[in-house]
Amino acid sequence: MITLGHYLVLGAILFCVSVAGIFINRKNVIILLMALELMLLAVNMNFVAFSAFLGDAAGQIFVFFILTVAAAESAIGLAILVLLFRNRATINVEELDTMKG
Amino acid sequence: MTFEALLFYFFAAVMVAASLAVVTLRNPVHCALSLVLTFFTCACLWLLLRAEFLAIALVLVYVGAVMVLFLFVVMMLDIKTLPGREGFTSYLPAGLVVATVMLAELIGLMGARKLMQGGPVRDAATEQGLSNTEWLGRALFSDYILPFEIAAVILTVAIVAAVALTLRRRPNVRTQDPAQQAATRKQDRLRLVDLPHHDGSKQA
Amino acid sequence: MQATLLTIALAPLVGAIIAGFFRNQVGRRGAHIVTIAGVAVSCLLSMHVFKLIAFDGLPTYNENVYTWFEAGGYSAHVGFLVDRLTAMMMVVVTFVSLMVHVYTIGYMAEDPGYQRFFSYIALFTFSMLMLVMSNNFLQLFFGWEAVGLVSYLLIGFWFKKPSAIFANLKAFLVNRVGDFGFLLGIAAVLMYFGTLDYATVFANRLAIDGKTIELVAGHAWAVPTVICILLFIGAMGKSAQVPLHVWLPDSMEGPTPISALIHAATMVTAGIFMVARMSPLFEMSETALATVAVIGATTAFFTGLIGLVQNDIKRVVAYSTLSQLGYMTVALGVSAYSAAVFHLMTHAFFKALLFLGAGSVIMAMHHEQDMRYMGGLRKYLPVTYWTAVIGTLALVGTPLFSGFYSKDAIIVAAQSAAHHGGAAFAYAYYAVLFGVFVTALYSFRLLYLTFHGKERFVVDAQHGDAHHDDHGDDHGHHEPGHLAHAPHESPLVVTIPLVLLAIPSVAIAWFFVQPMLIGDFFAGSIFVDIRHAPLAHFAKEFHGVVAFALHGLSTLPFWLAFAGFALATYLYLFNPAMPGRIYAALRPLARVLENKYGFDDLYQALFARGSVLLGRGLWRGGDVAVIDGAIVNGSAAVVERAASIMRWMQSGYLYHYAFAMILGLIALLGAFVWIE
Repeated sequence: MITLGHYLVLGAILFCVSVAGIFINRKNVIILLMALELMLLAVNMNFVAFSAFLGDAAGQIFVFFILTVAAAESAIGLAILVLLFRNRATINVEELDTMKG
Repeated sequence: MTFEALLFYFFAAVMVAASLAVVTLRNPVHCALSLVLTFFTCACLWLLLRAEFLAIALVLVYVGAVMVLFLFVVMMLDIKTLPGREGFTSYLPAGLVVATVMLAELIGLMGARKLMQGGPVRDAATEQGLSNTEWLGRALFSDYILPFEIAAVILTVAIVAAVALTLRRRPNVRTQDPAQQAATRKQDRLRLVDLPHHDGSKQA
Repeated sequence: MQATLLTIALAPLVGAIIAGFFRNQVGRRGAHIVTIAGVAVSCLLSMHVFKLIAFDGLPTYNENVYTWFEAGGYSAHVGFLVDRLTAMMMVVVTFVSLMVHVYTIGYMAEDPGYQRFFSYIALFTFSMLMLVMSNNFLQLFFGWEAVGLVSYLLIGFWFKKPSAIFANLKAFLVNRVGDFGFLLGIAAVLMYFGTLDYATVFANRLAIDGKTIELVAGHAWAVPTVICILLFIGAMGKSAQVPLHVWLPDSMEGPTPISALIHAATMVTAGIFMVARMSPLFEMSETALATVAVIGATTAFFTGLIGLVQNDIKRVVAYSTLSQLGYMTVALGVSAYSAAVFHLMTHAFFKALLFLGAGSVIMAMHHEQDMRYMGGLRKYLPVTYWTAVIGTLALVGTPLFSGFYSKDAIIVAAQSAAHHGGAAFAYAYYAVLFGVFVTALYSFRLLYLTFHGKERFVVDAQHGDAHHDDHGDDHGHHEPGHLAHAPHESPLVVTIPLVLLAIPSVAIAWFFVQPMLIGDFFAGSIFVDIRHAPLAHFAKEFHGVVAFALHGLSTLPFWLAFAGFALATYLYLFNPAMPGRIYAALRPLARVLENKYGFDDLYQALFARGSVLLGRGLWRGGDVAVIDGAIVNGSAAVVERAASIMRWMQSGYLYHYAFAMILGLIALLGAFVWIE
C-alpha cells in the first residue's frame, strides 16, 4: 500500500536531484532557475501528501500560494535574466561577479 | 501490489528520471521539456492523492504558462551563445556526494520506515460530501481570504516589475504621442507668410 | 520688599552685561556710567534695607523668589534671606564696591581693557550679593563659585603677563581644593536634612546631634564635626587660611582696585560670613570650633611675620589681609561670631582704604611697586598719606579707631576661651596677642618706607618717556627707581573714595560696637550656644566708646602695638641702616620667611609636578597606549582583519552563495539527525 512515507521519500529524492543540479550546472542561469522550480515542486509534493493523508485543507492551500509566488518569482527571474543578457551579452554565472566585495 | 501502487511507482520513476534529465541534459530546450514532463507526472501523482484542483492548476499554470515562458526565454537568448557544460564532470562527484548525504539525512530524519506503516489517504472532501475544488474553495475564501488577496497583489506587482525591467526605450525610434497630437494647436503647425510677388509688389 | 531685593541683586548684573557685551557701543564713559549707576542703586537700596531691618524693626525676610529646578525630591530655589547679618554685608559689599568703581575711573584710565574691567567688577558685585543674600546652600554655592570665577578673571586681567596667568591659575586651583570640601559639606547637609534651605536646616539641627558617620571603616566621627569641617575647608580656600592661603599673595598680580575689592574687603570674607551664617551648626561641634581656632591663629600670626620681609607694597598689604582674616577665623573658632563679623566690617573699610592708598602710590610711582625705591612720598601725596595713616592706625588697633574695637573684642574673646577651653584656644589667644605686635611692626614699616625717609627714586625726565604709555602690557620692566617726572597726587576720582573710606575706618565702630558686640543686634542671625559666652568679659569691660578707648590704653594689646610702632619708628625712621644688619644677623630666619615657610615650593613640587607626572603617565599609558592604540586603532584593525576575511568569502559568484546555503542546510539537517 502506498503511504505518506512513499510520497515523502519521493519529495526528498526530487529535492536532492535539484540540489545536485544546482551543484553541477554552474554556468547556465536558466538551468539554475529550472532546478529551483524543481526544488519548489519537491516541497509542494510534501505539502500535498501531508494534506491528503491528514485530511487538512491547509497543506493544499499553501501549495496554491507557493504556486502563485513561484510563478511571480520565475517571471521576475526571467525578466532579470533577459535584462542581464541584454546588458552583458552573457548568462554565464562564472562571469557574473560584480557582487564581489 | 495494487493498481494504485503500480501507478505510483510508474509515475515516480518517470518523475525522477525526468528530473535527472532536467539537471543533466546539454540542451536547455531539452531541459525545459524534461521539466514539463516532471510537472506533468507530478500532477498525475497529485491526482492519485485526490488533489484534483492542484493537479489541474499545476498543469495549467506551470506547463501552460511558466514553462512556455522558460522556453520562450531560452529561445530568445540565442541558444548558441549559452554557456557550455565545461566542468560538468568535475562538479559531478561533489554534487552526487552532497545530494546523497542530504537524501540520507532527510530520509533518516523523516523516519520513512515508520511512515510507510501509516494508513491510506484520507479523502476529507468526500467525507464531507464535497468535491476537492469546493473543499479548497471554502477554505480559501473563508479562512485564507487575506493571503489570497495578498497573492493577487503579488502577481500584479510581478507583472509590473517584469514589464518595467524588460521595457527598453530606444532613443532613435519614432513613436506616436497621442497626448501631444491631441494638444496641438493650429498656430504651432501653420504659419501664414506674405510672399513678395514676382514683380516686387505685394500680393493683395 | 522682593522688588527691592531683586533690584539690589540685579542692578550690578545689568551694568555688567551692558558694559561687557556692548562695550563698543557704550564706550569707556558709558561703561563706567552704567556700572557705577547699577552699583550705586544697589548701594542706596542696601542702605535703605539695612535701615529697615536694623532700626525700623522689620522682621527677617526669607522668601523663595524663583524655583530653579527640581530633581528627585529636591527642589532648588533662588531665594533671599535678609536679616541683620545679610543687610550689614550688603551695605559693606556695595559701599566698598561703589568706592572701588569710582576709584577705578582714575586707576584704569589708560588701560585698553577699561570696559571689560568695569564689567567684571560689576559682575563681582552681583555674585557677592547673591552669595550673601542667599537663603539656601545651593545659591550660596552659586555665589561662591561666581566670585571665584570673577576673581580668576580679574587676577588674570592683564592676560599678557605670564605671572598673572600663573597667579590666576593658582588661585583657581587652590580654591578648587576648598570648594571640593565645601561641596562635600553641602552634600552632607543634603544627605542628613533632605533640604538645603537654611531655616529648615537650622531648625532641625538637633536631628544630627550625636549621630556618627564612618568615613574610614572603624573610625566613627560625629556628623556635626564632619559637616562643619568640610564646610570650613571651603572657607579656608575662599578666606585664604593656612594651608590654602598661597593664592592670596599671588593674586596681587591683578590690578590694585580688585585687590582692594576682592582680595581684601569682600570676597575673601565670604568664608568668614559663611561660617557666621552656619553658626548653629558650628556650635554643635567643639572639635570643629577648635580646628577653626587653631587654623585661624596660625594664619593670623605666621602670615603676619611674612609681611615683615616683603618689599612689594601690595604684598605687604596682602599678608596683612591674610593675618587679619586669621583674626576673624580665631573669633569664629572661639564662638565670637559677632566679633568676627564686626571685624570683617571694619576691616573691609580700612583694608580697602589701605589697598586703594597703595594703588594711589603705585600710580604716582608709575607702576613701581617696590618700597625700596619709594620713600618721602608724604609731600607729594598728602591726601594719600593722611588716609593711609588713618588706615594704618585703624589696622594696628589704635584706641578710638574702628579697628581697635573689633580687634580688642577678638582678643578678649580668645582670652576668655583660653581660660575655659583647652590648649587649642590658649594657642589661639597667644597667636592673636603677639599678632598685634607684628601687625604694628609691618604696618608702620610700610608707612615709613613709603612716605617717610629719604627719596630712593630718581626723577629722570629724559629716560622714562618711552615707557610712559605702555604700562598696560609691561609695567614693572623699566629700570627700578627711575621716574619720568615727579610723583604727583592722584586725581579726585581716586582721592574721594580714599576720603570716603577713611571716614568709616575711623568712626564706624562708634555706632555699632555697642549693638553688635554687646547688644542683640545679630539675634536670630547668629546662634551662640549657652555654654559659650565669648563676649561676656568684653561686655563687662565695656562702658561706652570713649571709656573703653581709655581703658584700652592700659591693656596688654595696646602696649604690644605700641611696642611694634616704637620698634618700626626706630628701625625705619631713625636708624635706616639697622634693618639690614638685623636681616644679616637673622639670615636663616629671614630666609624661612622669604620662602613663605616653603608652602609654595612644597605645593609646586608635590602637586604641580605630581600632576604633570600623573598627566604625562596618563597621556603615555592611558591615552596613547590604551585609547589610541588599543581602542581606536585596535578596533579599526579588528574590523579590517574581519573585513578582509569577509571580503574573501564574498566572492560575488552566485554558486558560492548557493553552495554556502546548501552546506548550511546539510549542517542543519545533520544537527536535527544528531538530536534524534
